[in-house]
Amino acid sequence: MYKIVLATRYLLKRRITYFAVLAVALCVFIVVVVMTVMAGLVNEFKEKNHRFAGDCVVGTQSLVGFAYYEDFVKLLEQQDFIEAVSPTIKSFALKRRRGSGQDAIIEVMGIDPVRHSQATGFGDSLYYHADDVSKTFEIASDANLAGCVLGDYVLLQDTYSRNFNENNIPRIAYSISCFPLTARGALAQVGTDLVNTKTFYFSDQSSTGLPRVDGSIVYLPFDQAQVLCGMERSPKRASRLHIRFMPDVNIQAGCEKIQSLWQKFRQDKSDEIQAYTLDTVTVQSWKQYRRESIAPLENEQTEMSVMFGFVGITTVFIVLVVFYMIISHKSKDIGILKSIGAANIDIIELFSLYALLVGIIGSGIGLLAGWGFLLKINPIEDWLFEHFGFQLWDRTMYAIGDIPNQVEFGMLATIVISAIVASLIGALIPTLQAARQKPVETLQVGQL
Amino acid sequence: MTKDDFILKAEELYKSYRMGATKVKVLKGANLSITKGEFVAIIGASGSGKSTLLHILGALDKPSSGVVTFEKRDLSRFRAGQLNRFRNKMVGFVFQFYHLLDELSVLENVFLPAMTGKSIIGWIVCRRQAKDRAKELLGQLGLAERIKHKPYQLSGGERQRVAIARALMNEPTLLLADEPTGNLDSATGNGILEVLETLNRAGQTIVMVTHDERIAQRAGRIVTLADGKIEHKKLNNF
Repeated sequence: MYKIVLATRYLLKRRITYFAVLAVALCVFIVVVVMTVMAGLVNEFKEKNHRFAGDCVVGTQSLVGFAYYEDFVKLLEQQDFIEAVSPTIKSFALKRRRGSGQDAIIEVMGIDPVRHSQATGFGDSLYYHADDVSKTFEIASDANLAGCVLGDYVLLQDTYSRNFNENNIPRIAYSISCFPLTARGALAQVGTDLVNTKTFYFSDQSSTGLPRVDGSIVYLPFDQAQVLCGMERSPKRASRLHIRFMPDVNIQAGCEKIQSLWQKFRQDKSDEIQAYTLDTVTVQSWKQYRRESIAPLENEQTEMSVMFGFVGITTVFIVLVVFYMIISHKSKDIGILKSIGAANIDIIELFSLYALLVGIIGSGIGLLAGWGFLLKINPIEDWLFEHFGFQLWDRTMYAIGDIPNQVEFGMLATIVISAIVASLIGALIPTLQAARQKPVETLQVGQL
Repeated sequence: MTKDDFILKAEELYKSYRMGATKVKVLKGANLSITKGEFVAIIGASGSGKSTLLHILGALDKPSSGVVTFEKRDLSRFRAGQLNRFRNKMVGFVFQFYHLLDELSVLENVFLPAMTGKSIIGWIVCRRQAKDRAKELLGQLGLAERIKHKPYQLSGGERQRVAIARALMNEPTLLLADEPTGNLDSATGNGILEVLETLNRAGQTIVMVTHDERIAQRAGRIVTLADGKIEHKKLNNF
């Protein structure tokens, strides 16, 4: 009992303790804020990639695509764990805005907007047709014209405006040129018709929140993209199938099922004339499919965690130094306590309790301060931007609206427990030394 | 007086310290026996080993060789836990510099030994009794009005009386006082000695270390420590 009383009094009466509490609080504050924002950015980025890709992607990197996809789509649609499948065409093309005289390399993605919205978050990314994706490629003024959807950064590069009047879609014409390829990868056409070119009119813009996607992609109607790329000839080819599982299906388990379906399908098609196009097809979860984008950010998060590990070590050292100072001032007390019967373990418990209180109070203060700061981080950033033009995160890099500030309670608990453990570790060596002190030495009875 | 009357007996105590390359021999075969109810003063020149002897008698230090027996039990055979209980229950220390804990009030300093020997539940059970005992001691020592004060708010004499109250908290068999008046003026020191005399008259066994022969005269028996040995024994009439 006296250990609780003494530890509490030491905490309240020794001003140097406040430095230890402050050090723990500051470290917890920094870690809570940065890890929450970083985790938020990573999770948001992952979620955007998930929405972009769907749950699973069956496809090939090859520009020729793969044949017999319609049969596999039919097979997939019979499966009870699959909610939607969207075949897509993916290739590279040259885009020229009418009147500009400049070509730009873009990625074209041929989609059926309804199916693609069922399989991915495409519909939600649209500006004009989010409520009725079936009309995504329709041009209201002329039903015979084909529409195209531009990633909002592609549009920005062309028009210097990311948003137009909501009611009046501007009439902007684009020539899209592709090199159609045979199933073997040769140019499908020779002579003057080497390139397939078609004019599309701006019908909508898409904002996935993924800068690399929104800055390079142009969505076209599936059939027309298939023609542009030379994949319309029988057997028709597609580049990828984006798949959404039923809500209760585990993504990994779903991908494994599709993998076995694909193996069987590939065997069944092994005698077909274009069976060789199936050789490069892979089945990937959305994470695997988008790993090139996600991995750098995850690495950044890991590096950040390691850096904050060093912050934790710094805390340990600060607590260690403070406890050395405290215990050197308290050596007389140790002698007194031992002279009235306190054991070494009692001294260890006393100072460990003291360190525990430092850890609990410091991490509590840091946690509350961090939480409070996170709640106000967006108003603070707005204020900084209004008055000083300063933004904490460059939106062109991170493509975020608000700074993520949703705290994860598991992460908070980990940070608090780590801070308390760091305090205990920091106090461990001085505490053990204190316990080993001989009472006759600590009572300064040097006189013989 | 028979051998059985001794509550504390030190036989052939040797103690040496290493100071750099030099080995300093402090005790060189000291023998001392304390009978129950005695008030013994150990006198000697500064550096003669008085405090060292007292600390060894109270198990705060260990002799290099020799035996200390307390109520016929050899202290060197005590395990760590037994030694802690011995210091908690059997002996009470009064130091020259009081050695009170500044973070605790006067009352808390006094009942600290009672807390030290108890678990949380044990303390909750006997808390009131211990506090009453501490208040009673402080009342007897004229400090009833000072129980909520902190040690640094008291005079030297008051602090030493608090230290005496703390030493008596667990009703120890033996009270060991190391220069209890050494840091006090003559009048205040005299007051402390009167307290010790009163306690001794009530049956408390006391061993006091001092370098001042006039103070030692207040004890029932004076022993002199010189050249590491108890040289001279003298009985006082009181």
